[in-house]
Amino acid sequence: MYVAVKGGEAAIDAAHALNASDRRGDPATPELTVDQIERQLGLAVDRVMAEGALYDRRLAALAIKQAAGDLVEAIFLIRAYRTTLPRFGASEPVSTAAMQIARRISAIFKDVPGGQFLGPTFDYTHRLLDFSLEGEGAAPEAPGATTTVGPLIPVTTLLQQDGLIEGERPDDATPVGDITRTPPTYPAERDVRLQALARGDEGFLLGLAYSTQRGYGRNHPFAGEIRHGSVEVEIAPPELGFAITIGEVELTECQMVNQFKGSAEQPPQFTRGYGLAFGRGERKAMAMALVERALRARELDEAVTAPAQDEEFVLSHADNVEASGFVQHLKLPHYVDFQAELDVVRRLRDEIEAKKAAE
Amino acid sequence: MSKGYNFAYLDEQSKRMIRRAVLKAVAVPGYQVPFAGREMPLPYGWGTGGIQVTASIIGRDDVLKVIDQGADDTTNAVSIRKFFARTAGVRTTTRTPEASLIQTRHRIPETQLKAGQIIVFQVPIPEPLRWLEPRETATRRMHALGDYGAMHLKLYEDIARYGRVTTAYDFPTLVNGRYLMSPSPIPRLDNPKLDRSPALQLFGAGREKRIYAVPPHTTVKSLDFEDHPFTTERWAQHCARCGAGDSYLDELVIDDRGTRRFVCSDTDYCDTRLAGTGGAR
Repeated sequence: MYVAVKGGEAAIDAAHALNASDRRGDPATPELTVDQIERQLGLAVDRVMAEGALYDRRLAALAIKQAAGDLVEAIFLIRAYRTTLPRFGASEPVSTAAMQIARRISAIFKDVPGGQFLGPTFDYTHRLLDFSLEGEGAAPEAPGATTTVGPLIPVTTLLQQDGLIEGERPDDATPVGDITRTPPTYPAERDVRLQALARGDEGFLLGLAYSTQRGYGRNHPFAGEIRHGSVEVEIAPPELGFAITIGEVELTECQMVNQFKGSAEQPPQFTRGYGLAFGRGERKAMAMALVERALRARELDEAVTAPAQDEEFVLSHADNVEASGFVQHLKLPHYVDFQAELDVVRRLRDEIEAKKAAE
Repeated sequence: MSKGYNFAYLDEQSKRMIRRAVLKAVAVPGYQVPFAGREMPLPYGWGTGGIQVTASIIGRDDVLKVIDQGADDTTNAVSIRKFFARTAGVRTTTRTPEASLIQTRHRIPETQLKAGQIIVFQVPIPEPLRWLEPRETATRRMHALGDYGAMHLKLYEDIARYGRVTTAYDFPTLVNGRYLMSPSPIPRLDNPKLDRSPALQLFGAGREKRIYAVPPHTTVKSLDFEDHPFTTERWAQHCARCGAGDSYLDELVIDDRGTRRFVCSDTDYCDTRLAGTGGAR
C-alpha cells in the first residue's frame, strides 16, 4: 500500500523552524539588530514603508529582519499588520511646498529660486565596489553644514503662475477615495489611481515607466522637480476644530512636466505627472510620475494604445502582495484539477486512437 | 488563542462589512458582490477570500472543517485550520457530518451536505468570463445584460475542434437561471453537488475582492447542449483503499516504472468507508 505525502502540522512547524535558523545563519556571526537595519539599510526601510503603506521605520526594519532581507516578504508582513490597526481618521493633506528640503533638483531650469540641492544621492557616484567597506571603519564624515532648507517654491508653481502648465485642481467637495476600504472599480479616478500607484511595486512601475519612454504611450516627460525632505503631518480632530501637528514624515516627490496640450478654448500648456513615495524612494517616485501621467490618457483625450495607459491593466497588477501571493499559489497542490485535465486529455487521445483504428 | 487579536482575527467592523456583502450575495444568487477585502496574514491566492468569509461568519459554537483537494491533511488546509484554532479557538473536525462550517479549496465533500451546514469555497478567479474577456468593465456589462453568448460559443468551438467540451474543472454554471458563475476550480464531478444543495454555499475571492453565494435549494446548472450533455470524470478503477466507485480519485505514481494507483481525494470519505461506518453519498 502506498504512503501518501502528508503535510502534517509537525512538518510545517519544522519547515518554519528551519527557515528561522537559516535566517539567523551562523551563530558565530553577531546578530543583526533592528537598529542597524533601521539606520544602515535605510533605503530598504523606505521601500518597505512605501509599498507596505505604513510609515514606521522601526516596524519596517523589524519586518526586513524577519523576512531575511526579502523586501516583498517584508512588505507583506507590514501590510498584514497595518490592516489590523484601528483607523482614527485621515490627516490633512501634507504640504510638500512647505517641505524641509534635503535634496531638490530641477532638470528644466538651470537655476531656480532657492537653488538646487543635490543632497544625499547615488547619482554621479562611480559604481565601483568599495572594498574598504568590507571591514569596519570609522564613520564617514558628513560634509560641512548639511542641514535642510525650506520652504522653497515648487518649480511647477512657477510654471503655473505663467499659465504654462495645467493648474492643480483641488476638489474639496468630493471625498478622497480609499482603496483599502472600497473595492476597486473602473474607470478609476485620479485619487484612487495615485493611491494604488503609491503602494504599487517599484519594479513593476519602473518597467512600465520605461516602456513609456521607449514609445509605448510616450508622453514627453521632463523632471520638473524632484524634492526630498520632511513634511509635517497634521490632523484636525473634530472636537478641536483646528489642525494639530502629530509628527513628521520623510517624502520624495517627483513632478514631471509633460507633453503640452491645447484646445479651441485653452492655449497650449504642459501637463503633469505626479509621483510621491515615503523616504528616499526616488526611483519609485519618478517611475510613478511617468505611469501616473500615462494613466491620465482618458482624462486628457489621448488614445489608449499602450499597457502603461491602460488603468485596468496597470492598477490590477501593480500590487506586489497580490501578485506574489497569486504567482506563488501555484506551489499549492492542484492534483484535483490536474486529474480533471488528465481525464480530458486521455479521453481526447483515446478518441483519436479509436478513429485511427477504425480507418 | 492568540493574544492581541480579535476573535477570528478580523475586527468587528470588517466582519460586519463582509457579512453585508454575504447577505447581498445570498439575496442575488450567483452575482459577484464587490467587497473591501482586507489584507490577511496569509498570502493572496492561498485562500484569503475563503478565510475572510469564514472569519466573518464563524461563532464560538461552530465546528470547523478545512479541506484542500478534498483532504484534511494537505499543507494549506492544515495551515488554515491552525489559523482558526489559534485566532478563534473553535473546535475543528475532519468529519464532514460533524462540521457546521467547511472551508474548501477545489472540492466538495463526497458525503452529502445537509441543511444548516455552510460550505465556504476559496476562489482564485471569480469571473467565469475572464478567459474570454480580461476586462472587468466588459464582463460586468455582460452579466448585467445576461449576455453569455461568448461562453456558449467557447463550448461550441471546443466541440467543433475536439469533439467534446475541453473545460476540465471550474466548469461554468448558471445559477438560478440568471447569473453565470464560476464554481471555483472544483472538478466536474462536483458540479452536480452544487445544484439544490441543502447547505448554504458561499464563495470568497480575496485578491479579486468578490463574494458570491448559492443559497440552499437553488438551481445550479452546468452549461451544455442538448446533443452534448454535461459529463463528469470517470475512472476504470475503484479506490485502492476503500473500494469506492463513486468518488473523485487522486492518481498516484508509485514507482519509477510509472505504476499508477488511485485513491479517494476525499480523505474523510475514504477513512469513514474503511472504518465501515457508512458515509454513502
